[in-house]
Amino acid sequence: MVDFWASYAWPTAKIVLYIIAIVVPLLLAIAYLTYAERKVIAAMQMRKGPNVVGPFGLLQPIADGLKLLLKETIIPAGANRVVFVLAPMITFILALVAWAVIPFGPGVVLADINVGILYLFAISSLGVYGIIMAGWASNSRYAFLGALRSAAQMVSYEVSIGFVIITVLLCVGSLNLSDIVLAQQNIWFAIPLLPMFVVFFISGLAETNRAPFDLPEAEAELVSGYNVEYSSMAFALFFLGEYANMILMSAMTSILFLGGWLPPVDVAPLNWIPGPVWFALKIAACLFVFLWVRATFPRYRYDQLMRLGWKVFLPLSLAWVIITAGVLVAMDWLPDTIAG
Amino acid sequence: MIIHSLTFYMFAAVAVASGVMVISARNPVHSVLFLILAFFNSAALFVLMGAEFLAMVLVVVYVGAVAVLFLFVVMMLDINFREMRHGALQYLPIGGLVGIVLLAELVLVFGSWAVAPEAADVATIPTPDPTVVTNTHALGSVLYTRFVYLFQAAGMILLVAMVGAIVLTLRQRDGLRRQSIAEQNARRKSDTIEVVKVPSRGGV
Repeated sequence: MVDFWASYAWPTAKIVLYIIAIVVPLLLAIAYLTYAERKVIAAMQMRKGPNVVGPFGLLQPIADGLKLLLKETIIPAGANRVVFVLAPMITFILALVAWAVIPFGPGVVLADINVGILYLFAISSLGVYGIIMAGWASNSRYAFLGALRSAAQMVSYEVSIGFVIITVLLCVGSLNLSDIVLAQQNIWFAIPLLPMFVVFFISGLAETNRAPFDLPEAEAELVSGYNVEYSSMAFALFFLGEYANMILMSAMTSILFLGGWLPPVDVAPLNWIPGPVWFALKIAACLFVFLWVRATFPRYRYDQLMRLGWKVFLPLSLAWVIITAGVLVAMDWLPDTIAG
Repeated sequence: MIIHSLTFYMFAAVAVASGVMVISARNPVHSVLFLILAFFNSAALFVLMGAEFLAMVLVVVYVGAVAVLFLFVVMMLDINFREMRHGALQYLPIGGLVGIVLLAELVLVFGSWAVAPEAADVATIPTPDPTVVTNTHALGSVLYTRFVYLFQAAGMILLVAMVGAIVLTLRQRDGLRRQSIAEQNARRKSDTIEVVKVPSRGGV
């Protein structure tokens, strides 16, 4: 009995506690990301943004959440009920499970698996299922068109994301996310791999269906795309999933290119600040650019989107993989784990 | 150990059950969704065996790319599925035959391991001890170092297949107006706009 407690029950309880410690702040961050988005865009458009509910409108996300919770869930008569209900759940769950492998600080990670970055890549490539299932199950033209656009878009941009990840991996020599961060102690990969950093960020925008690549929900053409038929909490789950994916993409950007939890320079006042704070600051900076882009750029046309993905990013990232590999071999800079 | 076996049987049972549902579901979209579930559970089985790299690659390649295209195509099909079901049973003998051949091959492989234990050793010689080397590293050294020429040959074959597919489907159409982004970006204000001072009642 003691053995059972020590080897199964206690670790399970500990993992559940860790999960709660990750998910609760994440949900709060998602809620306040919606608030930040409205405030930032309002400031850029010289408006005030939400300012009525609570001081500075700080309770606005809570009010919005409660409103969505209390609304009626409607399932269209022609919908495929099971898939229709499953789709928002899948979107939301996939947005959360990816956080299992994210290192928040040195050793502060729920599952420090060897293939961490591949796990993240796999989970982010599954995000398309929530959308495509929603579009099909709704049995509506608009939703279906949105889903088809999204499927093509996410598959296209995944390819260049894959090549960018390979470039980083060549410089690290490990698929483990903590190793990737530790490899950037001397210099953040954003500097030597600047073009890949830009490609990754833009592909991240496309992968999360954010402006200027938000064609799956282009409100002018498709009303609101794949989620037209959804109401109440089902809609909220899509919404939360999208924002969780934005935070995840920013976290991936900071881990791969901005040194994760490391301070910019390892000197006295900067390295007193704990790692998770640096990590959160970097994520916030990336998220700000996400919002900035949305307030600045018009939406891409569909053929332009495909051209950018296949004819610009794919050759560029492929060439950069070869250049990086060539330089690493020529200069004998290959990390020990590969050379040895 | 009990928990380990229990998780194994759970994943295996779900994989087999969803495999059955793939061929028995009425709606082809449901079939593809069950196929994805089966892939997922196979990936989980790989993780249980310690083959984490294979598990992730299975999810990335099959679930993330191949199944999306399947779903994409199946969702766009507009056919009467009742009619398609009709007469599906006449394929049962062929399907059964393929199943029996596969089963016999598996029995032969595992049977030979049971009869001659040294046969299993031959297969595992190139595999390094998983406690020393991560399986990503082990796979890499087998694929890119030991068998690099075969790997390159496989790559060439795939490239030729891809080029062939493109050549077969490429057709030149006349009278199409294409957007040339380079040309658009190269346009300057001076090329297109001329500011003219028009005298009153004079015209241009």
